[in-house]
Amino acid sequence: MTVTEKEVSRQILQLSGANANLCIRCGRCTAACPVAGQMDQKPHRFASLLLHGQADTLLRSNSIWLCLSCMACSERCPRGVDPARLVEGVRQYAVRPRGMAHFSPDQVPDVVDDEMPQQALMAALRKYRK
Amino acid sequence: MPKIGVFVCHCGSNIAGTVDVEKVAAAARTIPGVVVACDYRYMCSEAGQETITKAIREYGLDGVVVCSCSPRMHEATFRRAAEREGLNPYMVEIANIREQCSWIHKNREEATEKAIVLMRAAVAKVKRDTPLTAGRSGVTRRALVIGGGIAGLSTALDVANAGYEVDIVEKEPTIGGKMAQLDKTFPTLDCSACILTPKMVEAAQNENINLYTYSEVEKVSGYVGNFTVTIRKKARFVREDRCTGCGACMEKCPSRKAKNEFNCGLNTRSAIYIPFAQAIPNVAVIDAQHCLKLQTGKCGVCEKVCAAGAIDYTQQDELIQREYGAIVAATGFQPIRPYQFGEYGYGRYPDVITSLELERLMNAAGPTDGELRCPSDGRKPKNIVFIQCVGSRGQTCRDKSYCSKICCMYTAKHAMLIRDHWPDMDVHVFYIDVRTPGKNFDEFYRRAAEEYQVDYRKGQVGKIYEEDGHLMVQGSDLLEDRQVLMPADLVVLAVAVEPSPDARKLATMLTASMDNNDFFTEAHPKLRPVESPTAGIFLSGMCQGPKDIPETVSQAGAAAAKVIGLLSKKELTANPCTAHPEEVRCNGCGECEKVCPYGAISYEEKELRVMGRREKRRVAVVNTALCQGCGACTVACPSGVMDLQGFSNRQILAEVDAICR
Ligand SMILES: Cc1cc2nc3c(=O)[nH]c(=O)nc-3n(C[C@H](O)[C@H](O)[C@H](O)COP(=O)(O)OP(=O)(O)OC[C@H]3O[C@@H](n4cnc5c(N)ncnc54)[C@H](O)[C@@H]3O)c2cc1C
Ligand code: SF4
Ligand code: SF4
Repeated sequence: MTVTEKEVSRQILQLSGANANLCIRCGRCTAACPVAGQMDQKPHRFASLLLHGQADTLLRSNSIWLCLSCMACSERCPRGVDPARLVEGVRQYAVRPRGMAHFSPDQVPDVVDDEMPQQALMAALRKYRK
Repeated sequence: MPKIGVFVCHCGSNIAGTVDVEKVAAAARTIPGVVVACDYRYMCSEAGQETITKAIREYGLDGVVVCSCSPRMHEATFRRAAEREGLNPYMVEIANIREQCSWIHKNREEATEKAIVLMRAAVAKVKRDTPLTAGRSGVTRRALVIGGGIAGLSTALDVANAGYEVDIVEKEPTIGGKMAQLDKTFPTLDCSACILTPKMVEAAQNENINLYTYSEVEKVSGYVGNFTVTIRKKARFVREDRCTGCGACMEKCPSRKAKNEFNCGLNTRSAIYIPFAQAIPNVAVIDAQHCLKLQTGKCGVCEKVCAAGAIDYTQQDELIQREYGAIVAATGFQPIRPYQFGEYGYGRYPDVITSLELERLMNAAGPTDGELRCPSDGRKPKNIVFIQCVGSRGQTCRDKSYCSKICCMYTAKHAMLIRDHWPDMDVHVFYIDVRTPGKNFDEFYRRAAEEYQVDYRKGQVGKIYEEDGHLMVQGSDLLEDRQVLMPADLVVLAVAVEPSPDARKLATMLTASMDNNDFFTEAHPKLRPVESPTAGIFLSGMCQGPKDIPETVSQAGAAAAKVIGLLSKKELTANPCTAHPEEVRCNGCGECEKVCPYGAISYEEKELRVMGRREKRRVAVVNTALCQGCGACTVACPSGVMDLQGFSNRQILAEVDAICR
């Protein structure tokens, strides 16, 4: 089975739970982000790249690992897009194929390895908190 | 049995595209009492109306049903047509098979079925219609304008120049509104005071205009053509008939710590003050909160220095009652105070200001005599950053959902004026979009970028912080796809506008409707843009939505035209579809009065003859002049005796029966 980039983008949008259609490309997220300077894909690009079916650019970016999950972008976004969730969605998608898709918080100690970025862990915890 | 005619409109393909109109007509023919039924391309056309009038003539119709668009569109058209043929206009019913049927359905069969049901209901209703006659009432030939900004002044002048009396009620001590605070105005950059002051003077001198400044509307009753309004004239503690506006009191007043509202609190004023040099009326007012005499009983300096003997510490609020035929809301707007945007530090950093504050800092009559200075230490700024859309166009609880419309243009104005006066200052503008539709507007904005080298950046600011005593602005430049950091001496926030905070209270008094943002709503966004849905209430200026001065003045003129049209009428026809209690069964319980939004119901002791006996009873009485026919009382009445003419309980049940058959 082949999955197109467009389909992946759609899945990420769904997984994120954020509504990227609300984005008006104002750039307040990128303006607020403490690590945007180092990111190769700035926070404001997540909404439009995902909507345009360009998930691969984001999946291969350093941004998803640099993101601090500090939510500054979501806090400032005037449209309630919640861009941090979009970043998280992409991160989740990057993490899942590594075989870490299904774990519960009590398994956390087992699955943590030094290679795994902390953000991925935070993202996973948030996702499986319920 | 009454003879009914049914006329089904195609509305081009609007209806006929989805509804089988012939089938609707055929179904009508099977209903007992329907003596003629036909369909036609455009019933509202002259030929269409002729079809109806001809049928009334030929068949001697008692009632007409037109299956067409919403009654809001053409009920009046068809009623007039019936009246021309001698049929009482209230014997015409509309079955709305466009908005409520063809436009919202796709399936032809189902839509046709629904159209037939709607037609059947209308036929059931028209059979129980009774001829009604509209009442008549007179018109008081005087208008009330609430708010004395450029909108209110323009409307008042236009109405007054047409020969009608106008009263302006302004809550501040002077007329002029926000425009009086502006420095220069786009798109022509003429000085705001130079074009506003003559209008203010004209209003003050016009013999048809009566100014009530420092006054508020307290109570409104009545109805279109016949409003009664109570105005509260707040105590100025200065006699308007004596004060010459010399200003001696302001110089001597020892209490000088009150925030100067006119300068947006950027400096202070004395407790007794005249808001600004060109204020009208040019009469002082005592701010009771800061007056030592009124607060502590000690002082009285102003009384001593006033050569005209105008000071009166015992003055009380005065209530004035006046009659009006029309009321115009012109209560304007205010910029938001952007405290909720903590990341910008407004209120924390004195050098982060709003655009209106900048107007004062650039105005020759402002706190810095027109020299642009940083509020923190009075130094000359070198780097100035503007942020657009602060609080506008958002979806979160911090924002307004709408575009404030005027900020793109006034920011271009500010940027250009700064670069023109002080070419050594650098100006940066962070924007989401630059929205400059309007005559010569885009050219104006481009001039800022092209001629004056204003640095426009597509992006927003995420954070402002202080570093080594300097403000740092962290923003984004989306076209360069990077985050930018720049020092700023002055940051100007182009904040959202919002309606005057008293607007909602006023709307309640006027029973005028408002939208979720507290802007007054118009009766129709396209076709009746300056009228409120409540008859006799008109809208002028920013109170209806964000606008610049050119648009405000156009709308003010349009509102004036509507007011003049109303005041020039000898009499008004009232809606005869009003509520009536069946007195014999009314027990005066008082439920209906509670629900009536127009205060049209009262109770009277009446002598009734019940089965030969005389009885004295409390019964409901409807003032038909006030009743708007909303029907709230008919639902509230526990005895079911309140009935709406033209929409009787019997008729509505007959409609329900016809639908459920
Ligand atoms: C910073 C800034 C710069 C601007 N620059 C320009 C420009 O260059 N060119 C341009 O075309 N437009 C400009 N504008 C827009 C302009 O100010 C408005 O279009 C205009 O003032 C609207 O007039 P108005 O009469 O509707 O409202 P307002 O000026 O707000 O007047 C309303 C009046 O009603 C009074 N009022 C309010 N409530 C009540 C009440 N309950 N009872 C009695 N009275 C009441 C108020 O005190 C006020 O006097 C600017 C606006 C701002 C904020
Ligand atoms: S959550 Fe991530 S993308 Fe958003 S501001 Fe923080 S670091 Fe930047
Ligand atoms: S702040 Fe929100 S609306 Fe603006 S670009 Fe970022 S995600 Fe889009």
